[in-house]
Amino acid sequence: MPKPYLGLLALFVTSVMAFAGPVEDNIAAIKSVPPRGEQNVAAAKAASWLSQSATAEDLVPILAAMNDADPLAANWLRGAFESVTARTISDQKFPADQIEAFAKDTSNTPRVRRLAYEWLIKVDESAPKRFDLLNDPSPEMRRDAVAALIEQAEQADEDASRVIWQKAIVAAVDEDQVDTISKALKKLEIPFNYVDHFGLVVDWHVIGPFDNHEMKGFPVPYPPEKEVRLDATYEGQKGPVKWEPFHSEESDGAFDLAKLTEPHKGAVDYIYTEFNAGGAQDVEFRLGTANAWKLWVNDELVFAREEYHRGMRFDQYIVPGKLKAGKNTILIKVCQNEQDQDWAQRWAVQFRICNTEGRAVHPVE
Amino acid sequence: MTYLTRATACLLLLSSLAQADWRQFRGNETNGLSAGASTKEWAGTEQPIEWSAELPGRGLSSPIIIGDSVAITASSGPRQERLHVILLDAQDGTQIWERQFWATGRTVCHPKTSVAAPTPASDGERIFAFYSSNDLACLDLQGNLLWYRGLTYDFPNASNSLGMSSSLVVVGNVVIAMVESDDESFAIGLDTATGTTKWKVDRPRRANWTSPSLMENGDKTLVLLQSSAGVSALDPETGEEAWNYSDGASTIPTLVTAGSTAFVPSHGITALRPGTSNPKVPEILWQESALSPGTASPVVWGDGVYVVNGAGVMTKASLENGEKLWQARMRGPFSASPVVVGGKFYCINENGLAQVIDPADKGKTISTHEFNETVLGTPSVTQNGIYVRSDGHVWKVSLKY
Repeated sequence: MPKPYLGLLALFVTSVMAFAGPVEDNIAAIKSVPPRGEQNVAAAKAASWLSQSATAEDLVPILAAMNDADPLAANWLRGAFESVTARTISDQKFPADQIEAFAKDTSNTPRVRRLAYEWLIKVDESAPKRFDLLNDPSPEMRRDAVAALIEQAEQADEDASRVIWQKAIVAAVDEDQVDTISKALKKLEIPFNYVDHFGLVVDWHVIGPFDNHEMKGFPVPYPPEKEVRLDATYEGQKGPVKWEPFHSEESDGAFDLAKLTEPHKGAVDYIYTEFNAGGAQDVEFRLGTANAWKLWVNDELVFAREEYHRGMRFDQYIVPGKLKAGKNTILIKVCQNEQDQDWAQRWAVQFRICNTEGRAVHPVE
Repeated sequence: MTYLTRATACLLLLSSLAQADWRQFRGNETNGLSAGASTKEWAGTEQPIEWSAELPGRGLSSPIIIGDSVAITASSGPRQERLHVILLDAQDGTQIWERQFWATGRTVCHPKTSVAAPTPASDGERIFAFYSSNDLACLDLQGNLLWYRGLTYDFPNASNSLGMSSSLVVVGNVVIAMVESDDESFAIGLDTATGTTKWKVDRPRRANWTSPSLMENGDKTLVLLQSSAGVSALDPETGEEAWNYSDGASTIPTLVTAGSTAFVPSHGITALRPGTSNPKVPEILWQESALSPGTASPVVWGDGVYVVNGAGVMTKASLENGEKLWQARMRGPFSASPVVVGGKFYCINENGLAQVIDPADKGKTISTHEFNETVLGTPSVTQNGIYVRSDGHVWKVSLKY
């Protein structure tokens, strides 16, 4: 080869080595897509390239990229992954062994493992037999096994079902499955503590009411927003108010202010607790309430929501956040408006802390 | 262009019109009227089901029809956090592809509704799938993701604890979404090709389940957004307000337009059209408080505006002055809005009982069909069939002779 061509070849090889391959480049372009549609043009180009040009051997790298992608980028990558997967299945080039290995690898993110698993079982119906789903650390993977146990327990005689139901409740995390199992346990008079299972917080200090006449109190920073001193007294809506401890006995862990204190209208209460965490960790703060609310964790406002009486449901709000090791302070502002309909009298909060899969995080002593 | 080419083009155009798509909620014109649907003879208590297909999740969005394909959305998972888009063959209901996404917004909703409540839309080349979580996925007809937006991910307080249901509408190269709740509320126009924001306007902070509607006004198409505050008419290209009706309106049934007149669920029904002396203020033609739509949206057909109330009574009123012309009791309750198929009204109640109503015979029921499943979504219609969906299935009712 003449020298000039050798030089060009060297330049080409150097260029290729200096940059990641096109798959990695396009994955990186997608993972850097910010919210609000900014850089959508670049992300769309990258997604299109992956969908059209990636091959069977690129599927695991695309899956792996979803592990730490933000929720938006994960969907962009998922779209490309599913297009390529559908094509490889159609071409009979689906890399089942690699996908199975990815799905079994518990270091991967649960929902990405689940995605790999679901495509795998589309091409290999026998694959589930090779997974120990019931003992999988991820509830996302365990859900099918729990469903199978529920079915089994429903068919079994009473003695056998006692064992199966108890096995099922240990594995269950999703509310629908826990509800089904807990009802069966109750029928069999087997003790089950809903509050402990989900890690609902039922002990709070309460102060209030402060004024929320015409819903004007939501933005007002009443004294507890500036300081939490449990021995302090402040001027409230109807006179002096001070912190008082309350414990919820509700079976669903709801902290019912209207019942525990008084069903004030046009009012604001604050509830406060401390949570001793075993270590610093990413968590989700999950709330159910039919009232407007604000949440502070360790004096930082984490989320605020001004909506009244659109229902109260389990895990109605899921707020990502962090706990530090040791003492964490949790303050919630709970606002009641002045609607007089029967269905608009609820003034309560259901609150828990869990990991990203819904498994309760319990405080340490 | 040669004569032959022109003739072929004309034939293709006629053919495409005859096979008219149904590309968004209540059809291409958002009015519930089918273009070119059959004048089938209806009779009896059984309607011909050409095919049915199982769905992988819940939903009350309408199917949309693009050429020979039916696109439909569904949601599944313990918290309905899995968002499905499915494309079916309109001929036999077989699945062409299915894609799933993870909800990036809140999926909590009232048990009666579901996350797949808003109807998707299409511009004929792309499918825009929208959900109560305010996730918006754009795919091509081969199932490739073109772009993705998470509107609650972008604006975290844009959600409703009862669920959201406003459908999308596409005008030119803009896809428009209404995201209205007691907290953060806005309407947004996105570029159909890239999903980038062309415009965003603040909307009343009040929960709202109505959908955008189209109004032809001269050579312009306006997008009408209804809310508890009234109706705002926007230029779909820029989001600029052309006119505003500020006397309040319902947050559940959606207005319908006929030409440049809007029939708005407001003080009963209010008929209004763009103002002439002050173009910013619409002219009220009439108001009739006795016309009170329930959940189903009103329909305009021929010389009447038709309203179904909460008790399942259909009323025909004069387009000219709102005067009641006749009433007919159907078996309700209704969540789905009526659609007009070959001059007849196809109405499905929540229990899945389809009732074909003849407006030329004072609302007489001329055919029924039991789907035996809860049906909350409005049917979609093409020349060959009526598409009905439940939480578990989609059916095609044949309109072939």
